[in-house]
Amino acid sequence: MKTFKIGGVHPEENKLSAGQPIREAQLPKQAVFSMFQHIGAPANAVVKRGDVVKVGTLLGEAGGFVSAPIYSSVSGKVSKVDVALDASGLRRMAVTVDVEGDEWEESIDRSKDLVKLSDRPDLDAKTIVEKIKTAGIVGMGGATFPTHVKLCPPPGKVAECVIVNAVECEPYLTADHSLMLEHADEILVGLQLVMKAVNVTKGYIGIENNKPDAIKLMTEKAAQYPGIEVVPLKMKYPQGGEKQLIDAVIGRQVPAPPALPIDTGAIVQNVGTCFAIYEAVMKNKPLIDRVITVTGKSLKQPSNLLARLGTPFSQLIDECGGLPEDTGKVIGGGPMMGKALLSLDVPMTKGSSGLLIMNDKEARRTEAEPCIRCAKCVGACPMGLEPYLLSKLAEQRDWDAAEREDITSCIECGSCQFTCPSHRPLLDYIRLGKSTVMGIIRARSAK
Amino acid sequence: MENKLIVSLSPHVHGGDSVQKNMYGVCIALLPAMLASFYFFGMGAVAVMLTSVLSCVFFEWAITKFILKRNRLTILDGSAALTGVLLAFNLPSNLPLWIIVLGALFAIGVGKMTFGGLGQNIFNPALAGRVFLLISFPVQMTTWPVSGEMSYLDAQTAATPLSIMQTAISSGDASVLNQLPSSLEMLIGQTGGSMGEVSALLLLLGCAFMLWKKIITWHIPVSIIATVLVFAGLLHLANPVYANPLQVVFSGGLMLGACYMATDYVTSPMSHKGQLIYGVCIGLLTVIIRNWGAYPEGMSFAIIIMNAFTPLINTYCKPTRFGEVVKKEVAK
Amino acid sequence: MNLILLAIIALGAIGLISALLLYFASRKFAVHEDERIGQVSAVLPQANCGGCGFPGCSGFAGACVKAADKGSLEGLLCPVGGQPVMEQVADILGMTVEASAPKVAVVRCNGSCENRPRLVTFDGAQSCKVQQMIGMGETGCSYGCYGCGDCVAACQFDAIHINPTTLLPEVDEEKCTACGACAKACPRQIIEVRLKGPKNRRMVVLCNNKDKGAIANKWCKASCIGCGKCQKVCEKFEAITVTKNLAYIDAEKCKLCRKCEEVCPKGAIHAINMPPRKPKAEAPVAPKTDAPVAPKAPEAPKTETPTNANGNEK
Repeated sequence: MKTFKIGGVHPEENKLSAGQPIREAQLPKQAVFSMFQHIGAPANAVVKRGDVVKVGTLLGEAGGFVSAPIYSSVSGKVSKVDVALDASGLRRMAVTVDVEGDEWEESIDRSKDLVKLSDRPDLDAKTIVEKIKTAGIVGMGGATFPTHVKLCPPPGKVAECVIVNAVECEPYLTADHSLMLEHADEILVGLQLVMKAVNVTKGYIGIENNKPDAIKLMTEKAAQYPGIEVVPLKMKYPQGGEKQLIDAVIGRQVPAPPALPIDTGAIVQNVGTCFAIYEAVMKNKPLIDRVITVTGKSLKQPSNLLARLGTPFSQLIDECGGLPEDTGKVIGGGPMMGKALLSLDVPMTKGSSGLLIMNDKEARRTEAEPCIRCAKCVGACPMGLEPYLLSKLAEQRDWDAAEREDITSCIECGSCQFTCPSHRPLLDYIRLGKSTVMGIIRARSAK
Repeated sequence: MENKLIVSLSPHVHGGDSVQKNMYGVCIALLPAMLASFYFFGMGAVAVMLTSVLSCVFFEWAITKFILKRNRLTILDGSAALTGVLLAFNLPSNLPLWIIVLGALFAIGVGKMTFGGLGQNIFNPALAGRVFLLISFPVQMTTWPVSGEMSYLDAQTAATPLSIMQTAISSGDASVLNQLPSSLEMLIGQTGGSMGEVSALLLLLGCAFMLWKKIITWHIPVSIIATVLVFAGLLHLANPVYANPLQVVFSGGLMLGACYMATDYVTSPMSHKGQLIYGVCIGLLTVIIRNWGAYPEGMSFAIIIMNAFTPLINTYCKPTRFGEVVKKEVAK
Repeated sequence: MNLILLAIIALGAIGLISALLLYFASRKFAVHEDERIGQVSAVLPQANCGGCGFPGCSGFAGACVKAADKGSLEGLLCPVGGQPVMEQVADILGMTVEASAPKVAVVRCNGSCENRPRLVTFDGAQSCKVQQMIGMGETGCSYGCYGCGDCVAACQFDAIHINPTTLLPEVDEEKCTACGACAKACPRQIIEVRLKGPKNRRMVVLCNNKDKGAIANKWCKASCIGCGKCQKVCEKFEAITVTKNLAYIDAEKCKLCRKCEEVCPKGAIHAINMPPRKPKAEAPVAPKTDAPVAPKAPEAPKTETPTNANGNEK
């Protein structure tokens, strides 16, 4: 069975909500839409206080090419256009809507019928990309890179295949898994749309072998769709990393930055993104909701919720049995790469794939001991770097040496820190070094 | 909210590995060989082992507390105890106890703590201690009791396989080698020598345990043993005064060195490529020192020499970066 | 006897050969350096702090020599040595330097544990820049001090330390050389290298919060809310400007009249190294008792008058 070649670790799976059906979350009383839900330029708010909006009304327009518009996921009245704390822990521009009823824009097709690609012969590549762009779709695995940018390869680069990332290698998370079980056809049509948009005939769906039911279902369904192949992958973290997935599925490695994944001829899209693309193109529905896993060992009812964007996390927790008393840490995303939240009142965004509640004991880090140079981090690094060295160089602020040691190749997967017997905060320092070195490189190229 | 939330950067989970687990893991791996040495050498071995471990732990505690004045106690992390066990394994079982205490002082005091403690030392502390004793007390250190004698101090001493091998080379008489025990006997452990050198089989068993527990990777032990087998084999084919490669591998401290001393985390290279180079060089040096050096045993010297080269290997042997292969192909 | 002789000859020969090798090597690979660089370096403090903007003292010395060849030492200043050192440098190079006023580093945040409660606990590497990556930090203030001491680590002169009760850095004015290393290290640009002022007396807004008044007021008792009262009271000298909800006192224009301190509703403006005020009957503000040495004595009573949060939302 295929997997990526260098490094990797095996965290405990803890997929507590596996097999739970997707449940629709209740409408929030108040929804907050951050204008910073994607990588790139923030969206610019186009509504003002007092405006009446419906589900699917544009709230913020894209602030550039690498950007995405933001739509309202609720109907009601705009009560505030001001800074608000978001999941990244910063106060940034956001639109707050007081919810009244649930009125949808008429252009959205709310029927559940499957629309196949053959039903819509009028769609060509340009229309599909345009629709994706207008719908505000971004990478839903957590990276939140605007999808239409990915579908427009830079000049000189040609896509050869599309890979769907259905790996979900993060422990605890099951949102993609449940989506595959319930919406296999929609995902496959979504993949067909992406293939058509970039004009390729080969599509792969990479699924880890800890989800045999999904592999079976997707393989059965994929038989009806020409050119699509399901690739079962051996479980190993971080297989869901874009570079690792390309290596695992088609055996090609993306060179060090500034090379892009497209250099290998592959375009990677998340399962959730494929589903959103299907809804956007076939149902005219902008990106206003997503599946999110709410989970945790002390949580009463770990579940997969279909929730509207902008819903506060505290409400999602309440729907899954309330915040446990021994809560120590709440993480937006998975335990390996997710971000710890500063407050539970922040709203969910396009990139929120999970909400993990850790108890006090799990939440605390063990005290760091001196590095014993065991080289386990070197063995675990999926990028072939030397985390112990990078972390030390960043600690000593030797940015030149850190750059020479390829600190910018780090994908921040956390495998090094996960495996460190001395419990050293390796990734804390590597992140610091990476962002500083990136800044130095940008300043240099700007000169 | 009454309880403050904890925030930290990802990853939020840990694999559960710890320094203690690794250190005590090695100790467990050494347990069978330790029991075997007690069986073969009797109470003498027990006394040597206890003295060595206790004095290593004591010196680590005393130096941390009174000289470095650190509040963090490091004696529980198992590294000092491990140094003690390894040091004892490198000593003959009839060594006077005060020499062992001196060796422990050198191993911990000079070999480890002067560099700043665990993780900072350049040389394997146990080997530093052994080499110090070997040079300072050559007579006591090379007088080994015959295995199976259950007495201490007044035990009979006999020539070890290593000295037989060296005699054969210096005299140029291959028939001397007939005095050697068979490879099988040497594998199981019916030979004289240092405490930890008796049973290659049990040492290998412990090594397999460490590999299974992922405490070490295969690169260093395999490269050392393979190099010694190949190099000694070539010599044996060229001239029969050089011993059979299997006997070379199973004799002396080679197994102990290859599986436990050379694989010491702190003093071995970080990348797999570097570890292979390190292992091959140790193998070559060991055979060279054994055959043509002044001392019959070359393992400890070979490891100490390569320890010194480890920083250099780390500088020039980087792990293969992701995408590096592709880049080279494109460049062509 | 023979052996001793042999040893002497052998050692002597080795010594001779080595000496010759060294001699030729030193001749062949000698690097010619402008000797003035060495002379200038000798008078510099040799702290290699980088406060001058050059990599270390020898880099600065080289720049001085180069500038002198071009005819002027303008723009070059060793902040550590200050005026005396620059005069020495100018002497060596046959130049003159203009006088410059002494400066000192000032921590513009008064968000002590009491003023600005911690909302969450940060668990990770003790570095402000690392904490910056979790966003706002432990408190509700997006602009205040993280208290992890990146500035302390950056200081070459042992002049800045974290106060364990307030968790804020404090500058030792005796030791501070105004090299600016701490200001550069601070990820939130809280530390400013300011004019020391006459008799070391100066007025400073000890806040860096650019949020709107309501938010700034909510999370910190000692924050500047940008109400602009100080700006109005300073109309005569025009030393105070309020930009992005934050007041700033221009040290060159400030006449140390202390009126702004009086009107500030949140006690964010501090008079440093000034004698304690004589209590006035009509003065609405409690007298400041800042100790003359400690620049931001945490025990200084804050004017915790309930503030009109709407007053600043114009």
